[in-house]
Amino acid sequence: MAEELIRVENLKKYFKVPSGTNHAVDDVSFTISKGETLGVVGESGCGKSTLGRTLIHLLEATDGKVLLKGQDITHVKGKELKHVREKMQIVFQDPYSSLNPRLRIENTVMEPLKMSGRFHSRAELKREANRLMELVGIDERLRTSYPHELDGGRRQRVCIARALALNPEFIVCDEPVSALDVSIQAAVLNLLKELQREMGMAYMFVTHDLSVVRHISDNICVMYLGQMVEKSPTKELFNNTLHPYTKALLSAIPSTDIHTPMKRIQLKGEITSPINPKPGCRFASRCPYAKEECRQPQELKEISQGHFVACCRIKEIS
Amino acid sequence: MAAKTQKVQKTNLLLEFFYRMTKSFSSKLGLILLLLIVLLCLVGPFFSPYEINGVDLLNMYSGPSKAHLLGCDAMGRDMLTRLMYGGRYSLALGVCASLFGALVGVVIGSVGGYFGGITETIIMRLMDVWSALPGILLCILVSSAMGSGFFATVIALTVGGVPGTVRMIRGQILSERTKEYIEAAQSINCSSFMIMFKHLLPNVIQPIIVTTTMGIGSTMIMAASLSYIGLGIQPPNPEWGAMLSDGRSYIRVYPHMILVPGIIIALTVFAINLLGDGVRDALDPKLRD
Repeated sequence: MAEELIRVENLKKYFKVPSGTNHAVDDVSFTISKGETLGVVGESGCGKSTLGRTLIHLLEATDGKVLLKGQDITHVKGKELKHVREKMQIVFQDPYSSLNPRLRIENTVMEPLKMSGRFHSRAELKREANRLMELVGIDERLRTSYPHELDGGRRQRVCIARALALNPEFIVCDEPVSALDVSIQAAVLNLLKELQREMGMAYMFVTHDLSVVRHISDNICVMYLGQMVEKSPTKELFNNTLHPYTKALLSAIPSTDIHTPMKRIQLKGEITSPINPKPGCRFASRCPYAKEECRQPQELKEISQGHFVACCRIKEIS
Repeated sequence: MAAKTQKVQKTNLLLEFFYRMTKSFSSKLGLILLLLIVLLCLVGPFFSPYEINGVDLLNMYSGPSKAHLLGCDAMGRDMLTRLMYGGRYSLALGVCASLFGALVGVVIGSVGGYFGGITETIIMRLMDVWSALPGILLCILVSSAMGSGFFATVIALTVGGVPGTVRMIRGQILSERTKEYIEAAQSINCSSFMIMFKHLLPNVIQPIIVTTTMGIGSTMIMAASLSYIGLGIQPPNPEWGAMLSDGRSYIRVYPHMILVPGIIIALTVFAINLLGDGVRDALDPKLRD
């Protein structure tokens, strides 16, 4: 096992809303090693993006801990926060709103370099920015363009270059390809993989696209309404799916094999509200196996090597 | 065209801005017109054979003639000379007060919009109180409290317009601040100051530029109202608005006395508005070819 980079312990992020408290991320724990990719999947509104933003300090955690190489960074401020942010960067979902429309892309890439204070002359800055843009594959002729003159894939490359500028060890990819065409998705995914091989960064890859997450992740955690319901190495998850929600989720992947009929597990009912949730398994109201004991708080239990599930009836139903 | 843009890119930003601003016919027209008026006001008085307040009793109320190109007013003072000289006050007042008002409004509004929470509440409630008083009353209040100097008048004219600008910029910032590039700027360690003035402001400034340039005209009118009730620029110093109100009583018999300053005010406002549109287009990178 490689060296541990990020450790998240019982992380919670609650938002106060008029009708109560929104438990966007509730008691989530995991670790990410150096150079590893953790895929986070779940349906819309299950707190995947909030989790990513809380990790890199765009949102303040309500409770719990985030450790970077053993150092508690949950509530760092000022200079320390600056150092922490240089190690952790983010690539956003929407490349149309994540670039300042009034900055030329070379200036966008140069900005984090300027902020880092590592460079002393404009020529040095420019050289480094050019190196980064070369790395992510942006043509020289496009470097003085404005964002609206580029297509989605190129913009996302600019976002990646900006994230790389500070030499981070950890990048949160918040659905980086879901706004792109399928052909461009593949190119951007391969770029991310390639960069990881070269520079050894760890990714937390947030997505709702299961084929993407299978392609890129080493480990996957599945979230449902702010809670982690299953966590496992990628292969194990797809071969030996345990949690009823994960099963339903994976059954939605379209198959290319026409001879095996698709067995789609149709979930009944609506997703329950994350505002003031009842204790116990949040999936219980839609789960075909739900029983009285599911109303009790669930714990993540290790079923096999590295495979954790939060379901009290797992032995009976699998 | 591509080659031309390429060339422009390599020169400095100011030149590029100028080139793009004057690309359309209307903004070119506005610029030329405004330059002519400014030139007239700055240089004109030196070539005039008449004193600003020199009285020609024989030509009281006289219309345009060879001796007095735009006629004389009720005291027999040469209108053209007064027009050129008064333009200095009018233009300076209008431009300074509008710019100063926009500046104050933008700073207060961006602080309120960006920080939110209690800061925003305090600022916005203050603005509510502020805008509950009619602009002209505030203007009179400040003007009578601070006296009738040029700067006192500028501040008096500024006061009424601030809440509007604050509201507008705050609204713009509220919608802009949730965009992901702001979060991205935070994550690369930009300070609040940098985010406010480098990322947010350039993206919300457009409507401010337009309303400010449009506002120059009404500020000039406001300055005129002030001097009409004896505040602001004091007679016998000429000022377009003051000339306008001087001529009001003679509007039926000697229309030239009100037409001359009226037309020049209208022309100036027209030129400034055209230029304002040009500035707005030049600042929008989406309209770049």
